[in-house]
Amino acid sequence: MSEELSKVLDHIEKIGELGDLADVEPTSHVIAVENALRADEPRPSLPAEVALESAPEADLGGFRVPSPGPAPA
Amino acid sequence: MSEALSLSAAAAAAGVRAGELDPAELWHGFRTRAAGDDCNAFVWVAPDGEPPAIERDAPLAGVPVAVKDLFCTKGVPSQAGSRILAGYRPPYDATSVERLNAAGAPLLAKTNQDEFAMGSSTENSAYGPTLNPWDRARVPGGSSGGSAAAVAAGSAPWAIGTDTGGSIRQPAALCGIVGLKPTYGAISRYGMIAFASSLDQAGPLTRDVTDAALLLGAMVGKDPCDSTSVGLPEPVRLPSRSDLRGVRLGVPEELTGEGIEPGVLASFDATLDVARELGATVEPCRLPHAPHALSAYYLIAPAEASSNLARYDGVRYGFRADGARDLLHMYTETREHGFGAEVKRRIMLGTYALSSGYYDAYYGRAQKVRTRISEDFKAAWERFDFIATPTAPSVAFELGAKTADPLAMYLNDFCTVPMSLAGIPGISIPSGLSEGLPVGFQLAGPAFSENALLDAAYAVEGAIGFDAAPWRRAA
Repeated sequence: MSEELSKVLDHIEKIGELGDLADVEPTSHVIAVENALRADEPRPSLPAEVALESAPEADLGGFRVPSPGPAPA
Repeated sequence: MSEALSLSAAAAAAGVRAGELDPAELWHGFRTRAAGDDCNAFVWVAPDGEPPAIERDAPLAGVPVAVKDLFCTKGVPSQAGSRILAGYRPPYDATSVERLNAAGAPLLAKTNQDEFAMGSSTENSAYGPTLNPWDRARVPGGSSGGSAAAVAAGSAPWAIGTDTGGSIRQPAALCGIVGLKPTYGAISRYGMIAFASSLDQAGPLTRDVTDAALLLGAMVGKDPCDSTSVGLPEPVRLPSRSDLRGVRLGVPEELTGEGIEPGVLASFDATLDVARELGATVEPCRLPHAPHALSAYYLIAPAEASSNLARYDGVRYGFRADGARDLLHMYTETREHGFGAEVKRRIMLGTYALSSGYYDAYYGRAQKVRTRISEDFKAAWERFDFIATPTAPSVAFELGAKTADPLAMYLNDFCTVPMSLAGIPGISIPSGLSEGLPVGFQLAGPAFSENALLDAAYAVEGAIGFDAAPWRRAA
């Protein structure tokens, strides 16, 4: 994989050929939009048992995961 | 019945509304075809049984739709071509799916794709590659290759897909059908499994331009669940234009020269002649930063992906590796066995591009190049109504031909990525055949110009008279 990635990076490096871009504004969003705001009103959410249905392992109303292991010394 | 199945979706919808076609027969006919598909276009097909109840006078009148597996569908597997989402059945529908249902298009099937939409051949799927119905030894393009193959094979009347750097337009081109990537924000991304959020857009893959307009019209709109969605300024009209009088087409030197197959260029040039005959003026133009679009794209998209894909940790849904020693080991084992090679490649590229010390040289610079590319298009719109290019540099290639060389695979997106970076709409229509395989012609327009773009594409489509149906050719 390192050889493949090197080849891709060599191509990507060509972006350096464009010279100085110091006064170019980086794109943050492609379409001009106003702030998208809405009223902050409570709405029903997914019931916990539905949200847990897809979990590889659920227990006691939560997602069950392996122990994080011993605390770092 | 097979006659009804060979109608365009718009014609079938009209038939249902006129009482000449039974939507239940349409449903059973396409369901049977989808279940018997031999291109591996589908990863799930609706079970046999009662067709969903539909309103005959709904806009889409019961014409069923195939949906890329990237869209969440309530209670139906939504795996995005990835092993890490094996067995995932979302508890909700994507807004696009919900809108199509509400407009009277029931879910026919889920279509195969490159894992998380990362690829241009649909070979990067954990569920096996999709084959091109024109030649089953070749790829259908990607990443929406299942949707494109399903429509080209006639096993779905129409389909939706997603396009981040060309993933609707390029497979549409390679399968000889129509594919439209709308303006960024025209369609809600809610419920689309995220790849690169600043680029991802849903759109239609259809047999003709009228079908694309009809399906697009049912999908667009602002959605409170996606704060980047804005909809379109006016309703989508069905295209009706039969000439291109007064239309100015720009042909960018940077996207129509080196790297494009001679057969593809010949079809492209012939289509420009068609446009001239229809009354368009065709002139060369420049998009000086377009040659750097691919580099910028392969920094920005992987950077966003590396962040979006951090959610796959084996905790809340999908695949979890067994036998982990502890939590961290569970995360790493789940990702090691759940993600395919291309996804791992992109996550590594993305984290590299974002890493401290490289951020300015890579990600920061790519976003500046993106600005330059948008400016190139803005300058072009002062002289031209649309930009015309080939959609893909080659016709459909053989399975396996580019899997060992990621860069060669990435170059498939050469002509489609600039529009994605600029957030502007692009449509691919079939322009003819080269070596017996379809070639795509791309038209791109300013942001929110969908109606004009569809009209222009419709005029060209009518003059070309391409039959997007390999099964009819074989018969």
